[in-house]
Amino acid sequence: MSATTEAGPIAVALPQGRTAPRTFWRDTAQSFRRNTAAMAGLVLVLLFLAVSMYGVFGTPATTNRSNLAQRLKPPSAAHLMGTDGFGRDILNRVLQAAPLALAVGVVSVAGGGIIGCLLGLIAGYYRGRAGTVIMRVMDAMLAFPTLLLALAIMATLGPGITNVMIAVGVSTLPRFARMMQAEVLTISEREYVTAARSIGARTPQILARYIVPNALSSVLVMATLYISTAILAEATLSFLGLGPRPPTPTWGSMINDGSSVLRSAPWVVLFPGLAITLTVLGFSLVGDGLRDALDTRLRER
Amino acid sequence: MNLIIQRLVQSVITVFAALTVVFLVLRLTPGDPVQIMLGDYATPELTATLRKQYGLDQSLPVQYIVFLKNTVTGNFGQSLSQKTSVTSVVQGALPYTVILAVAAMIVTCLVGIPLGIIAALKRNTIADFASMVIALTGIAMPGFLLALLLIYVLSYKFGWFPVQGAGEGAGIGSSVHHLILPAVALGFQSAALVARTTRSALLGVLGEDYIRTARAKGLSPQSVLWGHSLRSALVPILAVLGLYFGQLLGGAGVVEIVFGRPGLGKLLIGAILARDYPLSQALIAVFLVGVIAVNFFTDTLYGFADPRLRRSS
Repeated sequence: MSATTEAGPIAVALPQGRTAPRTFWRDTAQSFRRNTAAMAGLVLVLLFLAVSMYGVFGTPATTNRSNLAQRLKPPSAAHLMGTDGFGRDILNRVLQAAPLALAVGVVSVAGGGIIGCLLGLIAGYYRGRAGTVIMRVMDAMLAFPTLLLALAIMATLGPGITNVMIAVGVSTLPRFARMMQAEVLTISEREYVTAARSIGARTPQILARYIVPNALSSVLVMATLYISTAILAEATLSFLGLGPRPPTPTWGSMINDGSSVLRSAPWVVLFPGLAITLTVLGFSLVGDGLRDALDTRLRER
Repeated sequence: MNLIIQRLVQSVITVFAALTVVFLVLRLTPGDPVQIMLGDYATPELTATLRKQYGLDQSLPVQYIVFLKNTVTGNFGQSLSQKTSVTSVVQGALPYTVILAVAAMIVTCLVGIPLGIIAALKRNTIADFASMVIALTGIAMPGFLLALLLIYVLSYKFGWFPVQGAGEGAGIGSSVHHLILPAVALGFQSAALVARTTRSALLGVLGEDYIRTARAKGLSPQSVLWGHSLRSALVPILAVLGLYFGQLLGGAGVVEIVFGRPGLGKLLIGAILARDYPLSQALIAVFLVGVIAVNFFTDTLYGFADPRLRRSS
C-alpha cells in the first residue's frame, strides 16, 4: 500500500490549513498576533525582560562607582547614553535599574492581585455578612487615588524598595477585589454553574473548575495593565526619594538626580525617562491587546 | 433633589470609611510612627513622651474616636517640621493646589475631548492613529518626566515660561503664566485617558439608529455631533473625568515639586520624608475629602447629562 492512502483518513479528519483543533486560547493567541499594536507592545515587554536579565548578570560591578573626571559627558561612543553628575555611565545604570522595576511590577501586582482576587472571590461567592464587610473595606480603599494610598502607606513604613512593593501592592489590591467580585457574581449565575451544583458538585470544585477559570482572562488583562501602573508608581515614589537608598539606581531616582542638571545635561533625565515610558507603554499595549483578544464578542466582528 | 441628598449621605459615609482606612493604615502597619519620627534619636524616654503627646499610649478605639473628632473639627495639632499648627500650614497651601487641579482639569478637557472626537470622526485614518499615539504616550509617560521635558524645551530652549514657583505676589498675569506648564504636565495623562474614553463612547453612539435618523432627516453634521452624539457620549466621559480628578490630585505633589510650587501635594511628600506624622495624616484626610467631594459632584452632574439617571437607582 502506498503512503498517500495511509495518510488519507487523517487528511480528512484535519482539513487543510488547520493542523490543530480550535481552542479558546489558540483563538486568543491568533487574534493577539493579528493586532499590530499589541505585538509592538509584546516586543517592548520582551526587550524589557531581556534588559532586566542583562541588568542582573551583565552590568559591570563598577557601575555605581563615581568617576569625577567623566562628569556629565554627553552621549558618545564610550558612553552611549552619556554620564551623570558622578561620572557614572547612564546606560549601565539604566540597565541595572531594569530588574528593580520588573521586581516591583511583578511582586506588587502578584501580591495585590492574589490577595485581592481571593477577597473578591470570597465576597462574590459567599454573599453574606463577610462579603459585605470585605467589599465595604475595599470601597473605602478605592476612595483613594492609587498614588495617594501608596503615599499614605509609605508614610508609616518609611522609604525602601520592599516598602515600595508593599505600598504599590496594597494600593492595587482593592481594584482586583472589585473586579473579581463582579466577575464571580456574573459567572455564578451562569447555567453551567447551576448545572454543576445540580449534579452535586461541592463548593471548592465549583470554584476551582468553573468560576476561577472563567474569571482568569479578566484577571490576566488586569494584571498586565497593573504591572504598568505599578512600574509608574515605583518610578514616582523613587523620584520622590522614597525608593531604595543611593547609590542603587532606579529610573525614578536617576531622573531626580538629573533634574538639577537638566539645563546643561538633559540626557541624564532623558534616557531613564525613555526606559520608563517604553516599558509602561509595552505593558499597557499588551494589556489592551489581551483584552481585545480575549473578548469573544469583539473577535467575531 | 432626594437623590442628591441620598448621594450626599453616601459620600459622608465614604469619607468616614476612608478615614477609617487612613487610621488603620497609619496605626496598624508594622512601622511605629514615633520610631520613624525620631529615627536615630529614639531614646525610651523621648519615645514615651511623644507617645503620650500624640495619644498613642491610649487604646485603639479611644485613638480612633480622638482621630475622628480631630478630623471633623479640623484640629490636627502642631506640625513637627513647620513649627506652626497643621491647620494654618494646610490653609496656606490649599488654594495653590485647588487652582492647579482645576487648571489641569481644564487642560484635560480641552486636550482630551477634542482628541477623542477627532479620532472617532476620522476613524482608521492618520488623524485617528496620530491622536491615539499621543494618547498612549501620555498614558505611559510619568507626570514628572513630562514636566521636566516641558521645562527643558519651553523654558530653557525657548524661554517662554518661568521654571520655578507660582508667581506669588506678582499679579494675576504672572500667576497664570506660572500655572500653564504645571497644568499641562499634570493634566496630560488624564487628557490621554479621556481621549480614549471619548473615542470609544462616541464610536458607540455613532452606530446608534437615532444618529442615522438625525442624519437622514437632513441635520447638519455639526448639529448631529453636538446635539445628538456628544450629549449621549457625555455620561461615560463625565464618569472618567470625576475618576481622573482624584488621580490628578494624587499626582499633584510630584508636579508641585518639579516646578517648586507651594501646594498640598508638595507638603504631603515633604511631611512623609520629614516624618512629620501629624501633618501627613491631616493632608491625607484633606485629599480624601477633596476626592470624595469631586465624586459626589460628578455623580450629581450625571443627572444633567442623562435624565434617566435623575430617577433614583
